Amino acid sequence: MSALVRYLPLLLLAAAWELAARLGLVSTLALPPLSDVVAAWVDMIRSGELIGNGASSLWRAGVGLLLAIAVGAALGIAMAWWRPVNALLGPLVEMFYPMPKSALIPVTVLWLGFGDGSKVLLIFLGCMLPVTIGAFNGARGSDQALVWSARSMGASRLRMLWDVVVPSALPEMLNGIRTALALSFILLVSSELIVAREGLGYLIGFLGANGTYDAMFAVVLTVAFVGFAADRAYQALVQRVLLWRE
Amino acid sequence: MHRSSGRATATAGEALGGWLGAIAWGMVRALPILALALGWELLARSGAVTPFMLPALSVVLERIWTDAVSGDLLLNTAVTLYRAMAGFLIAASAGIVLGMAMSRNVAVRWLFDPVISVGFPMPKIAFLPVVMLWLGVYDVSKIAMVVLDAIFPVVTATIAGIQGVDRHLLWSARNMGASERDLLWQIMLPAALPQIMTGLQVALPIALIVAVVAEMLMGGYGLGGAMVHASRFADSRGVFAGIVEIAIVGYVIVKAMALVRRRLLIWHQEALAPSTV
Repeated sequence: MSALVRYLPLLLLAAAWELAARLGLVSTLALPPLSDVVAAWVDMIRSGELIGNGASSLWRAGVGLLLAIAVGAALGIAMAWWRPVNALLGPLVEMFYPMPKSALIPVTVLWLGFGDGSKVLLIFLGCMLPVTIGAFNGARGSDQALVWSARSMGASRLRMLWDVVVPSALPEMLNGIRTALALSFILLVSSELIVAREGLGYLIGFLGANGTYDAMFAVVLTVAFVGFAADRAYQALVQRVLLWRE
Repeated sequence: MHRSSGRATATAGEALGGWLGAIAWGMVRALPILALALGWELLARSGAVTPFMLPALSVVLERIWTDAVSGDLLLNTAVTLYRAMAGFLIAASAGIVLGMAMSRNVAVRWLFDPVISVGFPMPKIAFLPVVMLWLGVYDVSKIAMVVLDAIFPVVTATIAGIQGVDRHLLWSARNMGASERDLLWQIMLPAALPQIMTGLQVALPIALIVAVVAEMLMGGYGLGGAMVHASRFADSRGVFAGIVEIAIVGYVIVKAMALVRRRLLIWHQEALAPSTV
């Protein structure tokens, strides 16, 4: 019940959309009625168009993001743990972090063509630095007393890294990964819109160019919903992972 | 006379020492960047990669110089910055107003809360074709896209900031006879400013990313448009010149924003802490 009251504005918005289109307040070309959009969505699920393109999009985002997390976390922790690594990589991270990652789209296409490779590379490069910075800040802020007591109890340097530094870096690193997750969707969709032969972004561009706007709206809403659901699922996962913290 | 001039040289010497130290430190920090630039140049010249895949840095810099002399660089940078900053400023002011309204008024909060909480994690860039359909391919739709993407972090940061305002501040202000209006402008807004600034610092790079993507998709002038144009004609020098230009613009505006934060929050204790990234 309280959920209903809470999300009522969204239902009202949906109703307003349907009415505005049905009553001819706006051109159905600019805004097809919601019911048509839903019908187009069901059609595309049946024909497998949405599922096939969705799978190839999620594969690209997933691989790119996993690579970014693995390399980014390792770099960030190494930077916090070994001074020379920080001296070497710190200035580079600082220089590349504010760079608008979308600038890399044409280059990755130049290097790897129109297929999966260029998207994976783009997402990997674009999502790595938020994870690196999160891991770096988290590991640098690890409690010095914990490090000392681990050392006094005779933990080896590597053991300390794994048992003390990594867990204390985790919360900030997980925050960085959340930023990276949102970024991966932005980069995925924009690169697929600009150059691709399959994927959800490509489907949006293709349907828009064809003028089948009800189907285009259906894919746009699907992408928006997948992005939203991924973020919620990630937050639920983070809460499980961080249960040991008080 | 003699003694005082001696002291003057001593302080001048110290200042010079500090200055030299700063320069030395800056040079040490610049080393990895120089190494990267050198590595780029050598790799491109070694013949291991084709000039199409990776044109030499010197060639790319030459291209940037040609663009700069012909005035294209200035025009494209100005157009991109105009779109990104216009969108950012609209998103910032509308976002702060909406965030304040949502934290002050239950009805406004009820209406917008689900829209914000559902809309924030969505990849708004997917709506770009819809915005194109409605608003065309010129400045209005690009700026609208920037606003749509940049407003969410500002709204959530404003709400979080106002919620976090120390109750005692509000109570004592009210006790001293502050009106509701004074309360908002004199107490809540300044106290929430650090978090609002953080929201703006998140929104600013987003604004630039979206402006570049929108230009890439819709073409025309602008750094993103120029890059996509270059890539269509397999002009890899133009593509790499675009990357360097966009990276510099991004770096400058992010650093400028950090500077603005330090100026605005000079009264806040965070200004004393050493700044990171």
